[in-house]
Amino acid sequence: MAITTPTPPKTTKAKLGGMARKEELAFYLFISPWIIGFLLFDAGAILASLAISFTNWSALSTPSFTGGENYTKLINDSLFYKAMGNSLYYGLGSVGLGTIVSFLLALLLNQDVKGMAVFRTIFYLPSVVSGIAVAILWIMILHQDFGLINSFLAFFGIKGPGWLVQPEWAMPSLILMSLWSAGGAMVIYLAGLQSVPIHLYEAAEIDGADTFQKFWNVTVPMMSPVILYNLIVGFIASIQGFVLVYIMTNGGPANATLVYGLYIYRTAFINFQMGYASALAWVLLVVIILITVIQFAVAKYWVYYEGDVKQ
Amino acid sequence: MSTSSGISHQKSLLGLRNRAIAWKVITYFLLITLSVSFVLPFMWMVSTSLKQSQDVFTYPPSFFPNSFEWQNYIKGWNVLPFDTFLNNSLIVTFSNVIGNLISCSLVAYGFARLKGRGRDILFLLLLATLMIPREVTIIPRFLMFSWFGMTNTLWPLVLPAWFGYAFFIFLLRQFFMGIPLDLDNAARIDGANNWQILTQVIIPLSQPALASVAIFAFIGNWSNLLDPLIYLRSTELYTLALGLNLFRGQNFTQFNLLMAVSIITLIPVLLVFFFSQKLFVQGVSLTGMGGR
Repeated sequence: MAITTPTPPKTTKAKLGGMARKEELAFYLFISPWIIGFLLFDAGAILASLAISFTNWSALSTPSFTGGENYTKLINDSLFYKAMGNSLYYGLGSVGLGTIVSFLLALLLNQDVKGMAVFRTIFYLPSVVSGIAVAILWIMILHQDFGLINSFLAFFGIKGPGWLVQPEWAMPSLILMSLWSAGGAMVIYLAGLQSVPIHLYEAAEIDGADTFQKFWNVTVPMMSPVILYNLIVGFIASIQGFVLVYIMTNGGPANATLVYGLYIYRTAFINFQMGYASALAWVLLVVIILITVIQFAVAKYWVYYEGDVKQ
Repeated sequence: MSTSSGISHQKSLLGLRNRAIAWKVITYFLLITLSVSFVLPFMWMVSTSLKQSQDVFTYPPSFFPNSFEWQNYIKGWNVLPFDTFLNNSLIVTFSNVIGNLISCSLVAYGFARLKGRGRDILFLLLLATLMIPREVTIIPRFLMFSWFGMTNTLWPLVLPAWFGYAFFIFLLRQFFMGIPLDLDNAARIDGANNWQILTQVIIPLSQPALASVAIFAFIGNWSNLLDPLIYLRSTELYTLALGLNLFRGQNFTQFNLLMAVSIITLIPVLLVFFFSQKLFVQGVSLTGMGGR
């Protein structure tokens, strides 16, 4: 049966070479939209941003080169520290609590409950409808006198604070509100939980593990790569998002919610200081890279990788 | 000996069953309590949108409006040119959906099916772009579009989609790679080129993934406020999100009308979500990403 005529190796090679070259050309042709976009909107933009950060530029005038002046100005800018601190506060609060809430929701839904699809829809829906409509809704819910939350507290005789108008409560309010969209991460955790192989639980049971031990020694390690991924992406997203804050508090009261993205937006598009705003943006980029690197470094100690974890 | 062990076995079985029941009760209790608190804001929104102005701020707040003011929806919609805003939102959203579907399919096919030097590095670069904070690129992008004379037009909201978006490319590439290569090879033997393989083999088989991309693109662009805020100045170019923001600025106290218009703007998103939930969840589990 092994009579298939073997093609002479030489011709194959030459032919393959030509085909490989043709294929390479096709490859670059197919990905060319992204390459152009990458050069224009990503790589080009990042380099341009770096260049602009060394200038004084109002977007209308011609830019003048000022060296590192923007960066020295930044060191003495108290709003810079305030905004960075606020963003880290928000990032830690919303990602930390958000991870706990979304993971617990996923665990609950993974309990083989009836009507799981209905509950999943209910928890997932708020994360889909984010945006200005939701921001307006939460302004109402958090209203000091007539809001839903303070009315609920009043039912128990507690006088609720002025959530969005008291500096010490404004940021916790935004974090609380962010928990409403924990369903987005929940869906990811749920998919991860459902792909944990059952035989691992069975093996643990044979070894006499109780529910908690199974959770701690099987579920958590198997889910840890997914958790890491969500921590990184969630933190990057939360540290740069500012549209909701812009609508709800516009940075107030007393700059308590002036997050970093909002500060950049104001500097660039309200005050038209493109150079200084670019310097602020570059510091953000460096901070995000640093935090991501730290997260990966720490991940060695708690994230468990097994060949077949990733689907 | 054997009887006592039998009894204790029975006891432990009974204990296990009781525990299982208790566990179930706790689970359902938590699920229902949490569900109520997740749904309550939506109900509050609907109830407020149907109230008369003087009933919006009452104490204690009532969940049921005294009278159902359905005309709030029409009144609110006519405060500002929301017809125009809706039109602009539709233009922006659908151009983005179509642009993303076309450009991301092409790029994903390249990464999934074709070989070329530097492919792996380019793919890593593609994924790395997901990590770039928007604030870093927003200023050069704005300056570039104003250099092209495109600020205060819809172009800056529409054009970038035609150059692919890393998340969608990744999603489609993952899906394309799951399609057996044999199908490509069979088509190739029949004389099909890459374009024909993509359009006649891969795309017809990738409808769930393409639908996920369309849905994510739809929802992301429909509620996008940042880009319209930066690029649009004239009111007649405003999208629904930006128009709603304008409405909020002008009528801060008329929460019933604000809520009515907010609900109208949410309806397309809710419809898309309810009719395509399966695809949503598939898209999420395919990539392990949440979409935004």
